[in-house]
Amino acid sequence: MPAPVDRRLLRESRAARTQLLIAGLLGTFTAVLVVAQAVLLAYVISAAAMRAATVGSLRPELIALAAVLLARAAVAAGFELSGRWGALRVMSGLRGRLAHRVLAEGLGVGGAGDAGRGGQGGRDGEAIDRSGELAAAAVQGVDALEAYFAGYLPQFVLAALVPLAVLGWVLVLDPLAAAILAFTVPLLILFMILIGRGAQARTRRRWQTLALLSAHFLDVVRGLPTLRTYRRDGIQEATLAEVGERYRAETMGTLRIAFLSALVLELCAMIGTALVAATIGVQLVEGVLGLQAGLTVLLLAPELYGPLRQVGQQFHASADGTAAAERIFEVLERPSVLAPASVAVPAPTPDPRCESIRFRDVGFAYPGVRGPVLAGVDFELAPGELTALVGPSGAGKSTLAALLMRLADPTSGAIECGGRNLRELDLDHWRAQIAWVPQDPTLFAGTVAQNIALGDPGAGGERVERAARAAGALELIEGLPAGFDTVLGDGARRLSAGQCRRIALARAFLRDTPLLVLDEPTAHLDETSAVAIAHALTRLAQGRTVLSIVHHRALAARSARTLELCDGRLVHAPAAEAVAA
Amino acid sequence: MSDSLTALRGVARTAPGERRRLLLAVALAVGAAAAAIALLATSGYLISRAAQRPPILLLMVAIVAVRAFGITRAALRYGERLASHDLALRQLARLRLRFYRALRPLLPGGLGDAGGDGELLARFVADVDALQDLHLRVLIPTLVAVLVAVGAGLAAWLALPAAGIVVLAALALAATVVPAFSGALAAHAGHRQAPARARLTAQLLESVDGAAELALTGRREDYAERLRSSDAVLARLARGDALAASVATLLGGAIAGAGTLGLLLVAIPAVRSGALAGVLLAALVFMLLAAQETAQPLPLAARRLRTCTIAARRLFDVADHAPAVVDPPAPRVARGGGELRMSDVRFRYEERDLVGALRVSDGIDAEDVPGDLDGVGDSWVLDGIDLAVAPGERVALLGPSGAGKSTLAELLVRFHDPQHGRVTLDGLDVRELAQDELRRVVLLCDQDAHLFNTTIRANLMLARPESREDALWETLRAVELHDWVAELPDGLDTLVGQQGRLVSGGQRRRLALARALLSPARFLILDEPTAHLDAPLAARVMAGALHAAGERGVLAITHDRELLRGFDRVLALGGSVLAADCGKPEVMTAVISRYGIAQEAGAS
Repeated sequence: MPAPVDRRLLRESRAARTQLLIAGLLGTFTAVLVVAQAVLLAYVISAAAMRAATVGSLRPELIALAAVLLARAAVAAGFELSGRWGALRVMSGLRGRLAHRVLAEGLGVGGAGDAGRGGQGGRDGEAIDRSGELAAAAVQGVDALEAYFAGYLPQFVLAALVPLAVLGWVLVLDPLAAAILAFTVPLLILFMILIGRGAQARTRRRWQTLALLSAHFLDVVRGLPTLRTYRRDGIQEATLAEVGERYRAETMGTLRIAFLSALVLELCAMIGTALVAATIGVQLVEGVLGLQAGLTVLLLAPELYGPLRQVGQQFHASADGTAAAERIFEVLERPSVLAPASVAVPAPTPDPRCESIRFRDVGFAYPGVRGPVLAGVDFELAPGELTALVGPSGAGKSTLAALLMRLADPTSGAIECGGRNLRELDLDHWRAQIAWVPQDPTLFAGTVAQNIALGDPGAGGERVERAARAAGALELIEGLPAGFDTVLGDGARRLSAGQCRRIALARAFLRDTPLLVLDEPTAHLDETSAVAIAHALTRLAQGRTVLSIVHHRALAARSARTLELCDGRLVHAPAAEAVAA
Repeated sequence: MSDSLTALRGVARTAPGERRRLLLAVALAVGAAAAAIALLATSGYLISRAAQRPPILLLMVAIVAVRAFGITRAALRYGERLASHDLALRQLARLRLRFYRALRPLLPGGLGDAGGDGELLARFVADVDALQDLHLRVLIPTLVAVLVAVGAGLAAWLALPAAGIVVLAALALAATVVPAFSGALAAHAGHRQAPARARLTAQLLESVDGAAELALTGRREDYAERLRSSDAVLARLARGDALAASVATLLGGAIAGAGTLGLLLVAIPAVRSGALAGVLLAALVFMLLAAQETAQPLPLAARRLRTCTIAARRLFDVADHAPAVVDPPAPRVARGGGELRMSDVRFRYEERDLVGALRVSDGIDAEDVPGDLDGVGDSWVLDGIDLAVAPGERVALLGPSGAGKSTLAELLVRFHDPQHGRVTLDGLDVRELAQDELRRVVLLCDQDAHLFNTTIRANLMLARPESREDALWETLRAVELHDWVAELPDGLDTLVGQQGRLVSGGQRRRLALARALLSPARFLILDEPTAHLDAPLAARVMAGALHAAGERGVLAITHDRELLRGFDRVLALGGSVLAADCGKPEVMTAVISRYGIAQEAGAS
């Protein structure tokens, strides 16, 4: 079988390995029980049929049979339980590692750590989609993983163990029947592999077709308002019908061939059973075999083919089941953008209030991505100075800010504060010096007050209110149904972009850090909001070292210095007019 | 909310051509199951008879029959799979068309703010997809199991009435009690876990999105702990539900075992008493063992039935929704040459049912629907608006966000009807026109204009299928995309990707604008046509669009005062009323203070 057991899952997850072990154990039980059931059943039937035995005289065998039947049911339930619990354990483990990785590095899928990737094809909307998709995969993915652990994996183990036990037992009873079975099994497996290879590609194409069809329908439904605007919605109906019919015809064409593999397998199994039955019959007539042995062999024949056939049917569960885990591995395996600590004991963090920050020939490239995002960036941020950073989107502005905040470390050159390389400092201490007002701030589930006090959960109501007032957010907050106690976040009230940014500003006021990083805080806002935020920013910037990514020419003009980035390189500081043009 | 059963029946009802195929698929499936059962039962008989050592010729019939059953089984199964998949694909195509038709009149203007994320529509599509399982994996296996139970019971009854009762009882229990139990458990688990799953998903999402902020504020340990505890809550619930589900599996296995044992207990004394021929004992037991296989897919079928039911209910809730606007019984035709006018219009959103219907998932979170359409039913979004756009006139509509600009635009193309006042075209109330007729004359290019996953050319030609190539290039030039498209390797035949993802946000908007400019409509309503563009480019694009509009009337909505060059008139909307008719843009500064007041009113 192709990819019988997902190697990455086993390598990466101890829980998954445990699961394989449990499945092996239960599979061995099953193999023993299968043989025991056949032997007991054959004994009881032959005794009753040949010797007209009574229920009373067969009591021990019947009790044993009942025990075996119950044990088989229990083992099947055990497979299911261990599979489901295993899936839960594996998924919890992966989620834990995902959370640890994401939180430790500040490496959001759509956050600042990734912002510089915009140029490499990750667009804003897509990044948001991807983090949603990732969260969904990490939670809902457990269903698919259950199908894998409780469905495919047990079947795979059974397919490996039960046929062996069956063959071994039949060999003792009836070498001729064993020979027939032994001959058909490799044939069956050979066919499964041969046809499986071709069918795999064909099946994949079929799934692609179905996915494509579904995507097409989604595209049409999403665009329905546009279709109505241009009065094309009626015509689209005919197209939809025509596309559906065309794909159906095509899919049926592939299915006719794809199902042939199943047909061959079925034929092998059926004819194998029929041949065994005939052989046993002839041997019985000739008197070389007893009825009990004959019945045992006949009962065992379907048990031999069953798991082999079913493992093929469960194959899709393996692909779907591991897809969710893959989604998480993708993030886990991404190389870290933070360099390992360069010194064993971190140096004392310099105070950016009196020390300047120096970018020395700084370059940055994402691991595994060709071409640097930043190269040869060299400048100084003087204490208390407002520096504006301008440049076209994709130029590396957000990446530069991320390096300053140590959400990533330079791949060449160094950033220094007070002559110390940032990498020698304690990560958390350094980050504690910086407040960041992103363009698209995240509001966490909780009250408005809790959101403002994100950087200092112990801050009292008075400080929160002062910060809100300074950020020009007081009026907005008091207009909310429960004021500072209004619950925000997913499933609760949503604020507009401008309102979110005012809350983020209040956060920055409350933290009161010497360093401030602003990421186009007034972009894409209507004028009222933009002006209000610009005023608050001016107040916030006072007495702090500020790096401000700007589009807004008013802000750029106010700054002491303007840096322009283009294609990851620093262009000479342009005049304010040039920025506007 | 529609009744689940009605909804399910509505989906399960087959089209005429499909009924024949359904019967065929069921017949083939029953035949295949019967052949497999007959193969084993006959083998059991064959061996038992052989043990009596008759002349071998007497066994030949049984030997040939066994092989024939084997081949028949494989062939019928192949046919059944083809027939059932063909049926499923046909139904899927039909259901897509059907729900597309149902959605058509409901989505004149999209789902507004609440549906803007497109997630609701994605689920609508996923729901339609889910329904293809209904026949393939629910109905057909259930029918087969029931028919096999009856058939096997009957066959056993002919051999020994008591055995018939045992076989029927064992198979019927396996086909009903076990799947029902399993399905109910799955439903219970779904309900129980849904809130915990939602909470964990939301927390993961905010941790991923806000990871940088948490890192900077030193809060990552708190949030990691929060995730751990939510994870633990969900895991505890899920472990309990898994335990219950495995009990269902145990029950299924126990019922099957009890059936086998029960059959032996009634058949063994019967053999001794002579009521049952000894050679038939093995055949009976083997038949039961083989027949029990047909019940195996049923617990899964029960779980899928639940998925299908939820999907069907949601879809019918949407389909049963009344459209916001309907065509008049005897539509009139726009005469041409007149103006587009809005007189004393008052409007507020009255219901959110469509969005609500799309949002209801399991029926449990209907109450928790977030209040996205805040202000529904309370205050007027527009209150006494009068405005007119004459042919060839360029009017700009200015105002802060939330002032109702987009709503005003949507009323002009009749995505909604105002509660008071009227919208007229060429002096005719737009309610007297067919919607297609109105939109032939008045075109709205709104902020979520959709780019289809096809070529740039096809996306543009949507507006005017008979357009010639040079017309396409000309409109692209107007929105400053000419050079960009010309430099693309595939030019106009470049694919834009799903939801236009292969082009940037700014390019997407400008392509939508180009498409609007290409249309033959007499009035163009452009809602923020230059949003997300850098200021200099925005000014050039606006100028290009106005130039390309030619003889047509244009109403352009913007919140940027810098873009007003080239307009004949500027209107300012604030606080749901038209705050100012500023006249020529040049004299606008004179009333700017008034406009400023309007802005404050709109913002509060």
